[in-house]
Amino acid sequence: MSSADRRRPWLLLAPALVTLVVLMILPIGIMTVFSFYQFETAGVEKEVFTTENWREFFTDGFYHMFLWKTARVAAITAILCALLGYPPAYFIAMTGYKHKWLLLLLLIVPFWISFTIRTFSWIHILGEQGVINVLLMKAGIISEPLRMLYTEGAVIMGMIHFLLPYMILNVYVSIEGIDRNLISAARTLGCTAGQAFYEVVLPLSLPGLMAGLLLCFVLAAGSYVTPEILGSTRDALFGNIIFDTIMGQLNWPLGSTLSLVLLVMLGVIAAIYSRYMGLSRVFKGLGA
Amino acid sequence: MKKACAMTAETAVQLRNVTLSYGEFVAVNNVSLSIGRGEFVTLLGPSGCGKTTILRSIAGLVQPTGGEIEVAGRRIDNIPIHKRNIGLVFQNYALFPHKSVFDNIAFGLKYRNVEKSVIAQKVKRALDMVRLPGVEKKLPSEMSGGQQQRIALARAIVIEPDVLLLDEPLSALDANLREEMRTELKTIQREVGITTIFVTHDQEEALAMSDRVVVMNKGVIEQQGSPEDVYRRPETRFVATFLGQSNLLPGRIASVGNGLATVSLDNGQQIEAAAPSAAKAGMAVTGVVRAQKVVVGKTGPIQGKIISVSYLGGTAAYFIDAAGIRLQSISTIEERIWREGEAVAISIAPADCQLLDETGHRLQ
Ligand SMILES: Nc1ncnc2c1ncn2[C@@H]1O[C@H](COP(=O)(O)OP(=O)(O)O)[C@@H](O)[C@H]1O
Ligand SMILES: [Mg+2]
Repeated sequence: MSSADRRRPWLLLAPALVTLVVLMILPIGIMTVFSFYQFETAGVEKEVFTTENWREFFTDGFYHMFLWKTARVAAITAILCALLGYPPAYFIAMTGYKHKWLLLLLLIVPFWISFTIRTFSWIHILGEQGVINVLLMKAGIISEPLRMLYTEGAVIMGMIHFLLPYMILNVYVSIEGIDRNLISAARTLGCTAGQAFYEVVLPLSLPGLMAGLLLCFVLAAGSYVTPEILGSTRDALFGNIIFDTIMGQLNWPLGSTLSLVLLVMLGVIAAIYSRYMGLSRVFKGLGA
Repeated sequence: MKKACAMTAETAVQLRNVTLSYGEFVAVNNVSLSIGRGEFVTLLGPSGCGKTTILRSIAGLVQPTGGEIEVAGRRIDNIPIHKRNIGLVFQNYALFPHKSVFDNIAFGLKYRNVEKSVIAQKVKRALDMVRLPGVEKKLPSEMSGGQQQRIALARAIVIEPDVLLLDEPLSALDANLREEMRTELKTIQREVGITTIFVTHDQEEALAMSDRVVVMNKGVIEQQGSPEDVYRRPETRFVATFLGQSNLLPGRIASVGNGLATVSLDNGQQIEAAAPSAAKAGMAVTGVVRAQKVVVGKTGPIQGKIISVSYLGGTAAYFIDAAGIRLQSISTIEERIWREGEAVAISIAPADCQLLDETGHRLQ
């Protein structure tokens, strides 16, 4: 290999590397430095080395509780996305309909409207004066408006609303990639349509499903706009705590510490998950 | 068209007027076919002629728009796929990539509620049969194309299907392996005695392996018969041109007598052909002569000039211009090879020239 040959991969990688370093590594580095600064008063920190912020996180149960709650809500959201997203993904992949692209386009249409506006729209559906309550009261089924908005359920629903397309696309791609002859083979060997699904389509689409689960989990665990708009203060996620620490209390050192905590937690979960739910694992696990 | 092959004692597969259309397009057009028990029948035809569609209708993966299909004396075109007991081997093998070789082969047995210990025995026997003992634990991706092909075959045979359907099973293999698998497949088929429908567009494969060849074109059966039969006595213009290399010589019957028909070709030259009883003077016909039957020499009734020569070892292939008609000849080299531009004389034995009528069917 000539030296020019050896340089080429690096040249091709350079734009991505530069972007990553400037937008990811550098900010994380700065945050790490900040997490060891001392908080004086709102908006003021002193550039001396202290582990005070980290001690606060590790000793205050308040943060642990919200971290756990964040993981739980994100997991519920991801699993509900999987349950709700698999059937439409399967349908789009398997349909004999000629204009499949149209169905895929429909999936992406919601992205054309601002995410915040889409989230706000739930207020008019779930609120005390929202569509559901008004209709139920008019019909005489309830006399008091139901409390649906500003609950954990509303937060989860809002997150499903924006995460579902990611799940569907992931699962769709993996089902689309399955050789249809495999299904035919299973059928001729004695499977009903349902059994062929269980033996062939489900296991072979697991990688997509698993990737979708991880993506939805990470995006849900990192979100703060949805709980801010659709949840009460009790329904805050870790992202809201960070937001509050940085923007409300103007405590940047602790805010940096908490941000790093969330980053590390999601990173570790993603790493463990990929290690144990990797492709080969999934294949072998269901091969029995 | 006359039925070229008498039915064997027991019919394993019977297609009656099977038609299948995709929208306007008729992929299989009124096909009737009966296959005897243990017979090895090949559907031969160019790509797109409906071979796969016929296999898929027998397996139940597509629903014919008309006609009936019977397998092992039972009407099956109206029962679901999984109750048909048919073994299908796909062109791309279609092994389950996430299952071991054992689980692949055991798959059909599992759904037939065969006992675990019996399954293990049968899988082992199937692997011995395809000469791949001891690979139970491997994944399909860890095996070569030829090995995957054998596993696919074992998976289809182990369920003891009423009929084995093979859709161009050898076409994905490289040339050497293909010849080897051809022999092996045939040996296995004979040993097991399983009724087999084999699909290919490769005439050599069809002629080498089959008890009976069914030549198809554009969704219809053109001719069926023993390999020798379809090769030597093509019923239609399509079969004549699709199998081997033939010369088509259009002309008109000038006279008939002494069992010979004299045909005036369009360029004014005359050839003689064995006259079928339907031959009448004045009929427009096409003479069909295999390239191997066009004899090139110093003396003969037709004069021509060599346009091109390819030396093939024991034989040579010539293109000859005979007063405006282009003839192809594949001849054994007697004294010496003829050179380009040389004047030659051509003779064709009347028995080697068959006559097709205006519709492209052999004169009876
Ligand atoms: N699902 C389908 N929809 C429309 N046309 C099809 C479909 N499947 C096959 N065909 C058409 O039917 C014809 C026969 O196909 P096939 O049976 O696969 O041919 P072969 O196996 O002889 O190559 C082809 O012209 C093909 O394009
Ligand atoms: Mg085909």
